[in-house]
Amino acid sequence: MNVPVIKSEKLTKRFGDFIAANELTFEVQTGEIFGFLGANGAGKTTAMRMLCGLSIPSSGKATVAGFDIYQETEKIKKNIGYMSQKFSLYEDLTVMENIRFYAGIYGLTDAEIKEKSEQLVDRLGLHDSAKKLVRSLPLGWKQKLSFLVAIIHQPKIVFLDEPTSGVDPVARRQFWDLIYRATDQGITAFVTTHYMDESEYCNRVSIMVDGNIRALDSPANLKKHFSASSMDEVFHGLAREAKRTAEI
Amino acid sequence: MQNSELKASVVLSGITKRYDKEKIVAVDNVSLSVSKGELFGLIGPDGAGKTSIFRILTTLLLPDGGTATVEGYDVVKDYKIIRGKVGYMPGRFSLYQDLTVEENLNFFATVFGTTIDENYDLIKDIYVQIEQFKNRRAGKLSGGMKQKLALCCALIHKPSALFLDEPTTGVDAVSRKEFWEMLKRLKQQGITIMVSTPYMDEATLCDRIALIQSGKILTVDTPPAIVKSFHGKLFAVKSEAMYKLMNDLRAYQYIRSCFAFGDYHHLLFKDDIADYTWDVLNYLKGKGHNEVEIKSVSPSIEDCFISMAEAEKIEV
Repeated sequence: MNVPVIKSEKLTKRFGDFIAANELTFEVQTGEIFGFLGANGAGKTTAMRMLCGLSIPSSGKATVAGFDIYQETEKIKKNIGYMSQKFSLYEDLTVMENIRFYAGIYGLTDAEIKEKSEQLVDRLGLHDSAKKLVRSLPLGWKQKLSFLVAIIHQPKIVFLDEPTSGVDPVARRQFWDLIYRATDQGITAFVTTHYMDESEYCNRVSIMVDGNIRALDSPANLKKHFSASSMDEVFHGLAREAKRTAEI
Repeated sequence: MQNSELKASVVLSGITKRYDKEKIVAVDNVSLSVSKGELFGLIGPDGAGKTSIFRILTTLLLPDGGTATVEGYDVVKDYKIIRGKVGYMPGRFSLYQDLTVEENLNFFATVFGTTIDENYDLIKDIYVQIEQFKNRRAGKLSGGMKQKLALCCALIHKPSALFLDEPTTGVDAVSRKEFWEMLKRLKQQGITIMVSTPYMDEATLCDRIALIQSGKILTVDTPPAIVKSFHGKLFAVKSEAMYKLMNDLRAYQYIRSCFAFGDYHHLLFKDDIADYTWDVLNYLKGKGHNEVEIKSVSPSIEDCFISMAEAEKIEV
């Protein structure tokens, strides 16, 4: 079980003399829910882009799903899922068309696509809406659908970039049920969020400050270590050290 | 009644807005009033109707039904007067990206027939934080700085009422706290502030709030009064295996609802008369849970929202 799906060693990204991500060293285990926290501008997006094979590091080493992030970026892209609040589904396509489109892109066969899309619609109870434009769905449903579409090719790891912002409290919790279920099946979840209560749902959490990973542990251990009563307190204590947030 | 109307800054009465050939009801018969000098929160998820309400109050959108006044003026008939009296910060950054910080501020001051100097006192606290970048183009600012500039621009004509549409969405927890500190200071200057947010934890920072979902107001009151009106006795439970715990609790016959809440699950029993604590502990033990903790807790605004939203669904 203890196979790291992400292995990062001194991963660094510089833009000129600005160090966006500084010597990030950490591992994420298979099946883990890994929370990736940090204030705006702390370097989360830069780090995520490198891990998704979208940006070449300045120095350091890393593998994602067993592939090298310098040499094998195309293989990485095939073996990960990605979902964010900002970009997820095509609003002008129907539910079914979106599912078919993503499944096709990830190279599923026609038979697989048929089977998967029926499963998916079943699971979400979206039968009546399968032929509706995604635009007409409530946000909570869109988010759930876009998560399931992001893992339609059974990736080893799924990157979730603020997946729940703006979603109502009930839908937010239903969304986390889906994450739990996916990780139960061995998919690893790498999640960023601004909701501190959600960081409690992660197995382990890392907190970035000014390009560095300042803390990495289970929520319980982090609270113990920083003598804090909640993750909110832990986060505030660390994020307040930040010097550069105002300038980016 | 007469008296409270005199002191009201914003009054909505049966406001309704429909889109898409009347098919979608974005705002459904909303009535509420905001007193002068109040910090009022409109709390609800995306799609609840918050932006439509703000756009109606700032005279940018016509309602399909109902009436509304801002500072005593009708949002339809007196739109020109209202525009001079309100400040509006839309959810999407809408300053001129190609103008510098200072040019943007100057532009908004000029449009409203004033100068930066005239009302500098009002924005000073906020402006000093971005002043060192005054020659930078607005498009090149960080999220936090854009937000501060937008607030300055919305304040530069000294509005009597300020409308802030989701100013903290997508903003990290630390910057969110700073922003609310700024709002508190503005409130002390006597400006009425109506602010919307999807973050339930920000509700307690407002004088009064309206919880809104699917265009309907669930409740309007002070945060403590809303918490007090919560139906039922709330318990928090945790064990070593939180996901399994959730599934096991939901399958338990005496449970009305169970939701994840940070490091605990919050649960309500079907009735509040009997004490089920002991039964739950035994049940969970039988399911193989270790280190189970159960305690009675007082509800948060988010608990109240969930409970009211669920009740609303059942009624429909």
